[in-house]
Amino acid sequence: MIPAFIVENSPALMIIVPLVAAFITPFIGRISHGIRSLWVGGAMATTSAVTLLLAFDVYNAGTRLYVFGASAASMALPPDSGGIPIRIIFEVDPMSALMLVITAVSGFAIVLYSLASEKSHSGLESYYTLYLLMITGILGMVSTGDIFNFFVFLEILSLASAGLIAYRIDGGVAVEAALKYFVLSTIGALAILVAIGIYYGEYNALNMAMIATRMQFSLLDQVALVLIIAALAMKCGAVPMHFWTPDAYSMAPSSITALLVVASQASLYGLFRTVFTLYNVTLNAFTVGWLIIILGILSMVVGVTMAIPQKNVKRLMAYHAVSQTGYMLLGVGVGLAVLGNQSLMDAFGYMAMEGGIFHIINHAMYKGLLFLTAGAIFLRIGTYNLNKMGGLGHSMKWTMIFFIIGALAIAGIPPFNGFASKLMIYESVFVFNPIIAIIAMVVSILTLASFVKVFHSIFMGPKLPEYAEVKEAPMPMLVGMGILALVVILFGLFPNIVVESLIAPAAHALVDQGAYIGAVLGGA
Amino acid sequence: MFWNLPLFAVVALTVVGLATIVLKKNLIKVFLGITILESAVNLFLISLGYREGGIAPIYTNAPATAMVLPTPQALTLTSIVIGVATSALLLSFAIIIWKRYGSIDIDKIRRLKE
Repeated sequence: MIPAFIVENSPALMIIVPLVAAFITPFIGRISHGIRSLWVGGAMATTSAVTLLLAFDVYNAGTRLYVFGASAASMALPPDSGGIPIRIIFEVDPMSALMLVITAVSGFAIVLYSLASEKSHSGLESYYTLYLLMITGILGMVSTGDIFNFFVFLEILSLASAGLIAYRIDGGVAVEAALKYFVLSTIGALAILVAIGIYYGEYNALNMAMIATRMQFSLLDQVALVLIIAALAMKCGAVPMHFWTPDAYSMAPSSITALLVVASQASLYGLFRTVFTLYNVTLNAFTVGWLIIILGILSMVVGVTMAIPQKNVKRLMAYHAVSQTGYMLLGVGVGLAVLGNQSLMDAFGYMAMEGGIFHIINHAMYKGLLFLTAGAIFLRIGTYNLNKMGGLGHSMKWTMIFFIIGALAIAGIPPFNGFASKLMIYESVFVFNPIIAIIAMVVSILTLASFVKVFHSIFMGPKLPEYAEVKEAPMPMLVGMGILALVVILFGLFPNIVVESLIAPAAHALVDQGAYIGAVLGGA
Repeated sequence: MFWNLPLFAVVALTVVGLATIVLKKNLIKVFLGITILESAVNLFLISLGYREGGIAPIYTNAPATAMVLPTPQALTLTSIVIGVATSALLLSFAIIIWKRYGSIDIDKIRRLKE
């Protein structure tokens, strides 16, 4: 049914399609706005389709290797290279495939939403160009098997995100937020580049699998690990390097904020990939695991306590995003802390990691949904200030329903997806260390309290006279939110199926360093 | 000792770059600090691939002497290109900030907090 060459070349196509489409968009935009919408929607739909196709193939047939500049994946090790993978390689294992699914679903839903929400703004050519470049960056980051290539895609993502955060100049304030984000991410990216230089100098390789086989965990490797953890923890918005998050998230257009959530998780993926694939058991799993757990706890607690007093609904949600990132770090950190100890891994390590990884996809869906509802409200009433809102439940019923779904999911109330992943984290972390599990539950309760307050001040109460004319959000926005809401509900209703078919393979792929190396170097 | 000279330069440039970013109040000078930091990283990459007495890694008609490593040079070239894009974006931010705020003093760019 689907031509074999598309399946075969899907890793390249999912990068080429958005990249080429991005740079053609400005020219298409000169023809007419309608055609440009069609073009962008079509490009994103194609990208999502190819990406999902690849992810589906990976889940069925195992890790996919794509070697650029070679005729077949078996050319990963050229016969005359002496066993060194010299070409740029994409290696898509189930963990990468999970991130691809997240990007494909959110990317498509957000583009639909943008078509309506950004309609009245100028400069849309650059908006969609940068949007597609962001998609390119995320897809590249999560599928590459070459560490320098990772850096390049990271920079593509940073540049595009910074441009989009500043997109609505807003008297210069948005530019200020973008400036903060971009200066930090440039310095972070340079730290990663130094780490890459260290790896190259030490092991004479840039391929992740090759570095992983040669990994010694010498002093230099420890320096490189610290540089990478610091840079990527900053980029995923973990406390104490979260300062850019509320600013950037609140000043970017809401559609972009939803995509920034996915972008942060691509950085989180990079962090986990480095720790588990490059280092795995060679590092002091206990120390690094606890480091990540502490980062997680700090993010959870500080994020939620900072969120409660916020008056700006998007700033509030941004602090909650920091807090939710903590859960992912906590889950995977617990898995890392017991790495190498098979009995503990089986007892709770895998479950904690599955919980953390499940939370990544859940968070991308419900947090994206929440930011999109905030954007719909802003489109209709023109403010993010909670004190000025009220009574919108009368006129924006669908938005209200989507907000409720997102809010209950983030607070971990059954039957939504946030509950499923948080329960896995609580259960496994409780075995590891009961106090941390209790902290996680308290944070969850505070999250619920905060969202009840937000819900009340936005939607409840009598209809305010100044919002008498407010209408429901336009259809494409509702469809975009609906896609995410549907995923939230489905994942919440059938968590077992999702965990078995999507999450568990991802967690095992992350832990199983040998399989990742074996796919490139053979044997193992 | 002489071998490590480029690495000492890398450390010196890193310190200068970071100090400029942290201490200077003028936005343009902060950007200069970032550029200096970039140069430090580029120098680090290049010095990784240097071999004493090596020639450019072109195999056609090459004499049988040592060659410098080509990969770090490719990395550096990519990194320079990315650096140009970064500087361009940062400077365009500075232009907008100057137009809207009338200042590029980072102590005065504080409207987000209010």
